[in-house]
Amino acid sequence: MRNEAKLGLALLLTPLLLWLSLLIFIPHVDVFLVSLRERVGVGTYETSLANYLTFFNEPLYLWTFLRTAVMSVLATVITLLIAFPVSYYIAKMVKGRVQSALFLLCLVPFWVSELVRTFGWMILLRETGVFSSLLQFTGLSSGPVEMLYNDGAIMLGLVYTSMLFMVVPLVTTLESLPDEVVEAGYDLGGNGLSVLREIIVPHAMPGIVSGCIVVFMLSLGNYLTPTMLGGKESLWFTELIYSQFIVRFNWELGAAFGFMLLILSSAIVWGMLKLTGQSLEKTMG
Amino acid sequence: MIPSIPQPRVLTAAYAAYVTLFFIFLALPLVVVAVFAFNDSQFPSLPWEGFTWNWFFGSERPMIGVFHERAILKAIGTSVFVAVVVSALSVCVGTTNAFLFNRYRFRGQGALYVLMLLPLVIPGIVLGISILVFSSRVANGVWDGFQIDLEILRPGLWLVVLGQFSFITTIATLVIGARLQKFDRSLEEAALNLGAGRLTAIRTITMPYLAPAMIGAFVVSFLMSFENFNTTLMLVGSDAPLTIAMFDRLKEGSTPLLNAVSLLLMVGSSCLALVMIAFQKRS
Repeated sequence: MRNEAKLGLALLLTPLLLWLSLLIFIPHVDVFLVSLRERVGVGTYETSLANYLTFFNEPLYLWTFLRTAVMSVLATVITLLIAFPVSYYIAKMVKGRVQSALFLLCLVPFWVSELVRTFGWMILLRETGVFSSLLQFTGLSSGPVEMLYNDGAIMLGLVYTSMLFMVVPLVTTLESLPDEVVEAGYDLGGNGLSVLREIIVPHAMPGIVSGCIVVFMLSLGNYLTPTMLGGKESLWFTELIYSQFIVRFNWELGAAFGFMLLILSSAIVWGMLKLTGQSLEKTMG
Repeated sequence: MIPSIPQPRVLTAAYAAYVTLFFIFLALPLVVVAVFAFNDSQFPSLPWEGFTWNWFFGSERPMIGVFHERAILKAIGTSVFVAVVVSALSVCVGTTNAFLFNRYRFRGQGALYVLMLLPLVIPGIVLGISILVFSSRVANGVWDGFQIDLEILRPGLWLVVLGQFSFITTIATLVIGARLQKFDRSLEEAALNLGAGRLTAIRTITMPYLAPAMIGAFVVSFLMSFENFNTTLMLVGSDAPLTIAMFDRLKEGSTPLLNAVSLLLMVGSSCLALVMIAFQKRS
């Protein structure tokens, strides 16, 4: 029997270990090794930090990196602020059928690909688009208005695209908050604001953290939205990685960029977990 | 604010208005995409030139509909192929993972579980480049050593499958694991007491119980694979899946053909999701 259990364990461990080592662990170590290579001649390489020095010395790269980070954080905060009242409404203000219907409605846009959603915003925002035509029709504007190709459009796209990943964990955690606890807060003399601060937000913390982590990751790693909705000036860090890998074929520098992105995202996720005293197993699993 | 505690009318009305606005915001881009699929014009924009089915069924230039556009149909086929392979693989590995974490206790299990979750917090594009870099290194090594060209490890469909599998498996594991956690072990023990072997017990008792979660995981994996863009972008070869093919067209400028494809996607994925919900309700 013990042997049988051992065999079972080994059989179940094999696919997991193969997957994690061959597709996750070793490839990332490999990217790190490639990022440490410097091409010194045809087919000859030296180990050096040259690619990282290039990253830190070229203002465009560093600037794009920081801009991407700041805008992703901003997108996360905006998404949270928009999603929280909606999630609370779905979780606590409505019941039964209406509740499941509203929740389902939240999910609908995310069954279609991000490309379609971005395309929808392009049709709405561009110079010949729906909003521009409406403004002209109502006389609020005398000529076509271009609302696409700027940072505002990127922000709108990012918030829209990642909304679901905030709403779902928030609704799930808020639903588990008993109504009586909120009522007790009021009975004990709290007002709307103090109940929100002392009872609702602390209870929703795991949902807030997991929502924020996913939204931040999706914004930081997004390529489609900044490329389609952003202008020439609004470069996103993933666009730099793509151009080094696919256009310039400079894998060494691209790998260094990729690794910087990985470090940034891991650092922020780790910081968020530490700051709120949560763990990855609890928020994701 | 809670319904059982009375609040000023204005406040509740404002709250409801906000939620309504939110849903309009959610629906707006999709409605616009759907509506312009029927515009009898070369561009998906106002003015409205009249209603047409040409962007679906048209067979003559300049209005070739989806069902006569070879490139798009081929891209849909490619996407379906990749999605089916990725989902099948992910559900298999997801099931073994779920059993591993649910039934066994071993040293390093906690660390392994965290490691298993990591693909969710790695940016898709970084997953893409790391698999690209590693597979090229292996392919180059095999070529240098044995003069065999491993086509399978060069950018192309199989690499896309590997790339998507690498993070979709985590999701499949979580979906199946959540249901396995709720399973009543005594049912399995009853089967063992009645003389069934361990494997028979799992096959006849546990697996039927898990089936809805496995189907759910398959559908979720299928949709995620079908929609995936970032990882696929870095690994794609000459056969582009639908999202990449549409992206390339969108960069060149858009015609309502893309709206028509998008509308079909919306209808398709909604049907799939509804089937899944219906199935899970029944069980």
